[in-house]
Amino acid sequence: MSEIVISVRNLTKKFGRFTAVDNISFDVEKGEIFGFLGANGAGKTTAMRMLCGLSFPTSGNGSVAGFDVMTEAEEIKCHIGYMSQRFSLYNDLTIWENMMLFAGIYGMSKKESEQRALWLLDRLQFMSEKDTMVGSLPLGWKQKLSFVIATIHKPEVIFLDEPTGGVDPITRRQFWELIYEEAAAGTTIFVTTHYMDEAEYCSRVSIMVDGKIEALDTPQALKKQFGVVSMDEVFRTLARRAKRGD
Amino acid sequence: MKQNFGSFVKKESLHILRDTRTMLVVMLIPVVLMVLFGFAISTEVNNIPVAVVAPNRTDGVEKAVDRLAHNEYFSFKGYISATEIDEQLRTGKVSAVVVFDADFDKKLAQQQAGVPITPAIQLIVDASNVNTANSSVAYMQGILLGTASQQAMFETRMLFNPQMKSAYNFVPGIMGFIFILVCAMMTSVSIVREKEVGTMEVLLVSPVRPVKIIFAKMIPYFGISFVVLVVMLVLARFLLDVPMSGGVWGILAVSILYLLLALSLGLLVSTIAQTQLVALLVSAVVMMMPIMMLSGMMFPIENLPDFFKVVSHIIPARWYNDAIRKMMIQGVSIVDVWHDVVILVGMTVLLITVSLKKFNDKLE
Amino acid sequence: MNAIEIKNISKSYGELKALDNVSFEVKKGELFGLIGPDGAGKTTLFRLLTTLINPDAGSATVDGLDIMKDYREIRTRVGYMPGRFSLYPDLSVEENLQFFAAIFGVTVEQSYHLVAPIYKQIEPFKTRRAGKLSGGMKQKLALSCALIHCPSVLFLDEPTTGVDAVSRSEFWDMLSNLKKQGITILVSTPYMDEASRCDRIALMNEGRILGIDTPENMVKAFDLPLYGVKAKNMFALLEVVRKQLGVLNCYPFGEMHHLVADASFNAEEMKKTLANVDGFCIEPVVPTIEDMFIKLMKP
Repeated sequence: MSEIVISVRNLTKKFGRFTAVDNISFDVEKGEIFGFLGANGAGKTTAMRMLCGLSFPTSGNGSVAGFDVMTEAEEIKCHIGYMSQRFSLYNDLTIWENMMLFAGIYGMSKKESEQRALWLLDRLQFMSEKDTMVGSLPLGWKQKLSFVIATIHKPEVIFLDEPTGGVDPITRRQFWELIYEEAAAGTTIFVTTHYMDEAEYCSRVSIMVDGKIEALDTPQALKKQFGVVSMDEVFRTLARRAKRGD
Repeated sequence: MKQNFGSFVKKESLHILRDTRTMLVVMLIPVVLMVLFGFAISTEVNNIPVAVVAPNRTDGVEKAVDRLAHNEYFSFKGYISATEIDEQLRTGKVSAVVVFDADFDKKLAQQQAGVPITPAIQLIVDASNVNTANSSVAYMQGILLGTASQQAMFETRMLFNPQMKSAYNFVPGIMGFIFILVCAMMTSVSIVREKEVGTMEVLLVSPVRPVKIIFAKMIPYFGISFVVLVVMLVLARFLLDVPMSGGVWGILAVSILYLLLALSLGLLVSTIAQTQLVALLVSAVVMMMPIMMLSGMMFPIENLPDFFKVVSHIIPARWYNDAIRKMMIQGVSIVDVWHDVVILVGMTVLLITVSLKKFNDKLE
Repeated sequence: MNAIEIKNISKSYGELKALDNVSFEVKKGELFGLIGPDGAGKTTLFRLLTTLINPDAGSATVDGLDIMKDYREIRTRVGYMPGRFSLYPDLSVEENLQFFAAIFGVTVEQSYHLVAPIYKQIEPFKTRRAGKLSGGMKQKLALSCALIHCPSVLFLDEPTTGVDAVSRSEFWDMLSNLKKQGITILVSTPYMDEASRCDRIALMNEGRILGIDTPENMVKAFDLPLYGVKAKNMFALLEVVRKQLGVLNCYPFGEMHHLVADASFNAEEMKKTLANVDGFCIEPVVPTIEDMFIKLMKP
């Protein structure tokens, strides 16, 4: 019934003799919050890179927002948003300038970008800080801001790579409310995290071990399947099976 | 507390040895620069096509033309008539034309007899390349004129550099440049890298004194630089035929002094810079540029504007250049360049003191 | 005698108050946790105690030694593992360990008994360059290096950040073992769930201490009724619950939202009011450190 936004079939990525991503398959539906978990070195980042059109799979295929990861990487980049903990925004530009810059990168018209930016600022209740240098904002604000900027071009899918690392508990929750809101509006969220309580917020969670997806279901179903009470235990049970480091 | 100093030096050496790419660059740059400056990039003239206009091909004219024709910098293209000058130059068949007076011989004889008269030679030069034009004019004057008074003007050069090869002058300059590059840049980057990676924090929190950390870093870089020094001297002597008549030991001694100076300079940079990028930029821009411009490497110091002439006094490479040039080319011994050596020693002591003072055992 | 004593320490970087009048003590042999997000001032505090920087105001002692006056002596006695694993990536595992032994003037053999339980796990890779190790292995090597001179106080700045849940749990097991050897450990972490592994904790935010106690007492001090609420649509539930009477706060907390209530709140009442919300259920829950942190952060 639901529209499938990310579809992956037998996706594999090899670096020489090392198989970083080993034959993974899954679908993500529109408006889902899809948690993509795995221990360090399980292959999360490599898989995410392929889905973002940043690297080509060795074999298998996948499509994101209706575009093929093998042949239409450039189109994919236009239809997704990306936010990582490391690269967020330009510290020496104001909030507004950052917004205009990223809107421009995605080819939005001036009028369109200004309207969208004003709407987003309003949503964050940041309007008064419009001309503040991003560098002078507290970390939590920066994270929230880089999230909304990742949505400035109304992408169909947003990839979040450990978006809440090091953020205080209150801001972390505000951040997740933003994610909820965005998902409720029909955007698909693909997120990695080290916080296991955040895994509970996801509609469905996949756990990678040694390049393979070892578990994929709703958090409730996973806990039931492993007979435990928290996602933390599910994760540890699976990650302990890992044979390789990163 | 006693720590094994050797293990520090070992660790630094491992860093250097494992970074093969940098090692290769450090070893190759001097060789490439020497060869480039020695042969390719030369402001000297070579095989300039020259034609001669001489209404009377007298003995004096023929002798002068002979000297010109046999000089390796010029290639004699024959006698032409005055009406052809313009066309020959424009078409590029020749780059210079020498026009002798009709009474050239007579005037020459009179001048030699003490009559205050100058035999006139007109030089018409294609000045589209100003440097080449300038040099050819200077050379032609030197070659063509046999008068004692004018010869004196060129004597200095003729004496110490009889073939007028510019490679000679570049060798000391390149050495002054390379050692700053290798020692100052590499030591500063290596210290600052530890700040960036965070290992400096751990080193500082340990009981090791900063002096130890610093000297352990200097030793392997000194080693590399010494190898580079030997390579450069060998190249200079056997590839570029630089005479080094003043004795190799003196040159080595002054160079080692200069290496120490460069190392302390790198140390100073590392106390200021917080990131490798800043260290690189400071070493490259703040140190390299003045060395190239103001040390006499590119331009003779006498030709600098007064302001820069004053500034050049604080450039260590200026004194090193001066000393090495004298020892390599003029063949004087280390004793004769004592004032350069004293200045270099002074600078080294000052730099080491300042950087040791500045090298904080705290993070701020 | 306390292993660490901090009295009214303040430190600013320009406009930014990194530490604002911080005081606390760490007892000998204690495993003390500094819990707080980025920007809480944890790293600044570590740098002060390891004598890398001086405070603007206040004083502190480590092992009875003043951090300003006796800093050279302190440096011989403490082990420090900075935020980023400070290893030489181009040196092998073994070479790193030997080098750090050398700077303290000891040999690896002298302290092998202390380092062995940790180092044994990475010993099979001893010829591998440190830069090529996994996060968990780097963490173990960095800890081995910090222990090589048998320090009396160990400072670990965010040793578990960026490391996966399994490695994190293993790391805390190692710390418990070190504690048994009598080493005082001051460790910082942004992960609230790690608080329970410490003897005592200090919750920190924006340069200030929010509270200091044992993890058990800390949650006991949470004196407001706390409930977990759940419904089919969790996001919509947040807005609905926040509008109800007696609800002070409601925030996502893993599987359930946590609802902080005041004395007037009645769970049965809410069940009735929200009977039409699909899948709604409410139950009392035990507060955690994170709940306490959120409560203390709210002005």
